[in-house]
Amino acid sequence: MKYLFVLLFFIGSFVYSQEIDHKTTNTSFKVSGVCDMCKLRIEKGTVKIKGVKYASWDIDSNNLSIIYNSKKINLDNIHKKISELGHDTEIHKANEKVYKSLPECCYYKTLTIH
Amino acid sequence: MKIRLFLFALLLFSKSFSQDLLNGKVSFINNENKLIPLEGVSIYWQESSVGVISDVNGNYSIPFIKSTNLLVFKMLGFKEDVVTINKIINYDHILTNESNNLDEVVVSKRKNTIQKSYFKTQNIVNVSSDELLKAACCNISESFETNPSIDVSYSNAITGVKQVRMLGLESPYLLITEENIPMVRGASQVFGLSFIPGTWVESMQITKGTGSVVNGFESISGQINVELKKPINDSPIFLNLFSSDMGRNEMNFDLNKKINERINTGFFLHLNENNSIHDHNSDGFLDHPKSKGFNIFNRWQYTNTDKGVVGFLGFRFMKDEKDSGEDVDNMKVKRLPWLSEINTNRFDSNFKLGYVNPKIPYQSVGFQMAYSNHKQESFFGLRNYNIKQNSFYSNFIYNSIIGNTLNKFKAGLNYSYDDFEEFIDADKTIYNRVDKSIGSFFEYSYDSLEKLSLVAGLRYDFHNNLGSFFTPRFHIRYQPLEKSVFRFSIGSGRKSSNIFSENQGLFSTGRKIYIDNNSGNFYGLESEKAWNYGISFRQGFFLNNQEGDITIDYYVTDFENQVVVDWEKQGELHFYNLEGKSFAKSFQIELDYQISNTIILKSAYKNYIVKKQYNSGFKQNPLTPKNRFFTNIDFSSKLNKKGSFWRYDITYNWVGKQRLPLHSMHSSLVSLNGFSPSYNLINTQLTRVFSSRFEVYIGGENIGNYTQKNPILDSKKPFGINFDSSLIYAPIHGSLIYIGLRLKL
Repeated sequence: MKYLFVLLFFIGSFVYSQEIDHKTTNTSFKVSGVCDMCKLRIEKGTVKIKGVKYASWDIDSNNLSIIYNSKKINLDNIHKKISELGHDTEIHKANEKVYKSLPECCYYKTLTIH
Repeated sequence: MKIRLFLFALLLFSKSFSQDLLNGKVSFINNENKLIPLEGVSIYWQESSVGVISDVNGNYSIPFIKSTNLLVFKMLGFKEDVVTINKIINYDHILTNESNNLDEVVVSKRKNTIQKSYFKTQNIVNVSSDELLKAACCNISESFETNPSIDVSYSNAITGVKQVRMLGLESPYLLITEENIPMVRGASQVFGLSFIPGTWVESMQITKGTGSVVNGFESISGQINVELKKPINDSPIFLNLFSSDMGRNEMNFDLNKKINERINTGFFLHLNENNSIHDHNSDGFLDHPKSKGFNIFNRWQYTNTDKGVVGFLGFRFMKDEKDSGEDVDNMKVKRLPWLSEINTNRFDSNFKLGYVNPKIPYQSVGFQMAYSNHKQESFFGLRNYNIKQNSFYSNFIYNSIIGNTLNKFKAGLNYSYDDFEEFIDADKTIYNRVDKSIGSFFEYSYDSLEKLSLVAGLRYDFHNNLGSFFTPRFHIRYQPLEKSVFRFSIGSGRKSSNIFSENQGLFSTGRKIYIDNNSGNFYGLESEKAWNYGISFRQGFFLNNQEGDITIDYYVTDFENQVVVDWEKQGELHFYNLEGKSFAKSFQIELDYQISNTIILKSAYKNYIVKKQYNSGFKQNPLTPKNRFFTNIDFSSKLNKKGSFWRYDITYNWVGKQRLPLHSMHSSLVSLNGFSPSYNLINTQLTRVFSSRFEVYIGGENIGNYTQKNPILDSKKPFGINFDSSLIYAPIHGSLIYIGLRLKL
């Protein structure tokens, strides 16, 4: 009986976590940024978008890898929300006013990459 | 929006404090050896949001800020440089191509060897292998003397092993794990830490207060986790030689080999020997045991990054022999000598497998399995003590998220099995016991990536001797400002009471052993249970353009059940269940400050009130100093062109007075009035690093030469009832000098 309780406690949490992983989609796209400050901003901002489960941005390639629930949000909306953070994506450009409010080290537009 | 506002405010804040601008030019040297201005270089103050970009002519101008003096120059295709700037000057910088492998001297911030995080929810201190080098000798039990979180106390004159304490409690109340597998427990409680060679260690994590539910229900006042070196990133050949003027010789030899793309193996060998005889206090007893031992470890690592699989397999065997007691060759009277011998054999094997889904990086599965066989055969005068422990441990952990990666959880199952066989001939008894437990845990953690994070864990265990019970543990961190962080934790912990193996020091006495209860599952005694709760506050600051921080900790451990080890009465050693109160309250204030780019200061004051109800009254634990003061200064010279430098550190400990039981019974203690005198201890070490491959060190321990005058009571009548070698409050041997070398190829 006691063993059963232990087992149920465990299986319960396991099943719950499995169940939520059916509708996930993996994708990656370019998001403009330059520094570690940008990395923190982009990842934090993206993962807080409803429906996004995971976000990881690479400084060198500017590639943002995300995993999201396609039933809760579509990709275009994610692009839009990221651009609202002040970072250009392949689809949506950041609003000039928001861009200006970025920390100075994140001014990716004035930076020329060799 | 909130984040942006926060960052913006931060920017304004830092700007308002710094109207002054630092100007300069960034350039690089091209193939024709010409200086060419660089456009678009990111220039920012480290760990701040203040940054600019160089213009077409390579010029920049950045607000001077007070919070840091480290300026970062960063550009794709060039080497990233960090420069220390202490005053407003025109600073021109030259970046080098990433491909140019120049032996350029880069001034960078010194990495602190003890790292405390602002971001971790738990109060965890990370100790790097560089910190372990400060105490060159030789095993983990000796490596905490430069660490303010852990106190080292002197065990009895016979075993010569140092014991560790955290938050005022002895090591049995700590969970000591090796790569998260419970390790130093049961039969190995007293000597276990001394069986882990310091050079095998990659890093250590010290958790103050209640731990995580993942590793079991055993941690009460804290956890020490030891990460061993991984064959994949350790140097192919490592050699360490050590020798002290006390006759102690140690050798470490490691080999690491890559078998193929996926498989690496490591072979670690440790040898130690001490054949010398010292009796500086002329009590007829050796000041330290004669010893010899070896320790062999072979580990295999499998890494497959494409599939997200990492696996470890390890085998280890060790043997240790200690001889101590009276100096037989120089005995003045003719009688049977009092001798002691402790022989230990231990075999360990463990297997770990981890899988991270490459497509879903937040999902992972881990499995651990460990088996050990520990055998100790020993005698202390006329008292024999043997213990055998077979131990099996397994843990399965599943990691995933709820919604997004801000909400993570761990869930899993543990199974552990221990069988003990003990023989103690004072009462001609054999004690056999089997401990079995199965448990499951769930731990939820939330991290806002900003001010707040928390970890809440719960586990349920079914144990054949402890019964079935829940163990809740909770941690929360709140960081209102960039450099201020509060932490709070609360949780419970339990443990089996292995009274003999945990108190072996008390065997080297003439005391008769009494167990006063008989209804419990552990030698007639109950198991132990306690709650631990505490708060910690850390404030970072910048003074004189250098970084520092102050940490204030207050932790309380409250025992519900405890086995009281009572040696208050002459000639008697009692074990009984706690009736009444028992607690340990620990207060610590600690200062870390980088005095200059080459000097780091750590200083701590600690106050411990550790009291329990004895049959004879409510008292502070014996040999537990109420006050301690610690300072460590660490100096590291700048690298010269060949890569050589000096490293020097000095540790000062002041140990306050400690309560001594039985003071009135012994003529040598009467004058002390029940308390040991306070004393100072100084350890120091100098290392010459010739290159990243070769270094030589020399050091001294207890250089003030403070020793306890009469470590052994009634040493002339070792078989009498008043003989006692357990009242040790200070070092037995005086100053010690050692030398050694480290070679990496």
